Amino acid sequence: MNNLLSVENLTFENCHGKRWQKKGTKFTLGPVNFSIQAGETLAIVGANGSGKSLLAKLLVGLEQPDSGSIYLNEKKLEQYDNKHRVLNIRMVFQNSNESLNPGITLGSILEEPLKLNTNLGAQARVAKVEQTLRQVGLLSEHRFFYRHMLSDGQRQRVALARAIILNPQVIVADEPFAALDPSVRSQTVNLLLELQRELGLGFIFISHNLGIVRHISDKMLVMKQGKVVESGKTEVIFHWPKDDYTKKLVHAHQALIDGQG
Amino acid sequence: MPRLNLYQEEYYPSPIQNTWKEFKENHAAVLSLYCVIFFIFIMIFGPFLAPYDPLQQNIDLLLVPPAWDNNGDISYLFGTDGLGRDMLSRIIYGCRMTFGISLVLVIISMLIGVALGAMAGMSKGLRSSVVNHLLDSIMAIPTLLIAIIIIAIVGTGLVNSMWAISLALIPQFIHQTRDIVRQKMKKEYVLAAQLDGAGKVHIFFNSILPNMAEMLVVQVTLSLSVAILDISALGFLNLGAQAPSPELGALLSEGLTTAYVAPWNIAIPGGAIFFMMMSINLVGDGLRSALRYRLLR
Repeated sequence: MNNLLSVENLTFENCHGKRWQKKGTKFTLGPVNFSIQAGETLAIVGANGSGKSLLAKLLVGLEQPDSGSIYLNEKKLEQYDNKHRVLNIRMVFQNSNESLNPGITLGSILEEPLKLNTNLGAQARVAKVEQTLRQVGLLSEHRFFYRHMLSDGQRQRVALARAIILNPQVIVADEPFAALDPSVRSQTVNLLLELQRELGLGFIFISHNLGIVRHISDKMLVMKQGKVVESGKTEVIFHWPKDDYTKKLVHAHQALIDGQG
Repeated sequence: MPRLNLYQEEYYPSPIQNTWKEFKENHAAVLSLYCVIFFIFIMIFGPFLAPYDPLQQNIDLLLVPPAWDNNGDISYLFGTDGLGRDMLSRIIYGCRMTFGISLVLVIISMLIGVALGAMAGMSKGLRSSVVNHLLDSIMAIPTLLIAIIIIAIVGTGLVNSMWAISLALIPQFIHQTRDIVRQKMKKEYVLAAQLDGAGKVHIFFNSILPNMAEMLVVQVTLSLSVAILDISALGFLNLGAQAPSPELGALLSEGLTTAYVAPWNIAIPGGAIFFMMMSINLVGDGLRSALRYRLLR
């Protein structure tokens, strides 16, 4: 079966500090290798500052990698070919509160990607916006609303709507569930799984919550200080962790579950 | 599937209607808005409203008191000045001049200032700083002083004072815009717009400008007051608009010569300036809070 998205030897070097200062902390990411197929979910796990968000930014094209390549449907994504990337790889931000513009209506927020990337007319755009809003479990009337009129869960849904409105093939989400309370979180997770089933999306997400990772991901990637320490099928890693760091993570998670039960 | 519409009767106000709804709550601001509209009306239709030519002198009717005085004449509502010119016509033309010129100056400085500020805010490093601090030296000196300096170099006249005032207003707009653009560029929704494939210009107009309205209103109100005061002050000092031309400041200084005999000659232009300033400031204040509450309730 064809890989939907695959990443080969992706590296990135980040110098904090000014250009003329030789010193400054260096952070290197990678090399990272992974691949996912349509309908598959990949989870990226790791401590704070391990380069997870950076990896997400590399995938969606906010940062340019130093070496390595990203293949979408077996075709290499050129570094500055953002048009193609925008249409197919979409990002959901961690804090949906921040990622929605407070000054304009949700309708115009959702219309923006359509205006920029499609040739739809005004009416077709509105129809598409309404359809997408209903797809994520909101009402079509919500397009007249402003960000401040929605609850956190609804905002997260709008963020999701923004991601799927261009019919992408891959969604990259940076801790999409972190800011939500448990009930809304599970609603959102279910919504995501449903959308994934409907649309056949490849889904890459970053999470601290190993419970959710185990629940929804097919593959996982464990990162530590910019290096991938372990990757593979989620169940395999949870049952037979090889690396010390992964072992600690899994044991901590297990202890938490046992403690609850 | 037919479109499911739960709220058929519900009515969704546009952003402008929302702002108006909030604005209406503030009665003083609404009253001032009518004042401002009145001044704008006078500004546009002044020549049709004025009963006489503002420059026409009438030696038979010197210093006629206003109509409500015992010696007043209804055909000269605000009386006449020392040269027998009709005060009402002069006030109408004066408002037209002072208010209109200030408005034009502020709009021009706003366009230039916001454009430069946006450029400074969107670019990085040295270029940003150079654009940002381009006109900073002007900010160190009070507007009126700059105007006087410029007039000392190029000579007195209304056009020269207009140059001076707009030059003095621009840097404020640059700084405010740059600060706001800088601040908003760090927000995640700008990042999200970038991921939608938006270019810099698109980001500025679609993502940042809607959030800048509040600051623009405040700044425009402030600048408008400054411009009106400066134009009148320069007129009063005989540095801006020159004597026969009906400009509110110039009217004041002319009235000063006959202040004891005919106090209405300074009271009425002074009152006009006062009303202009007050209504503009109240409208600005009301608009600012309306814009803010629009996004809170």
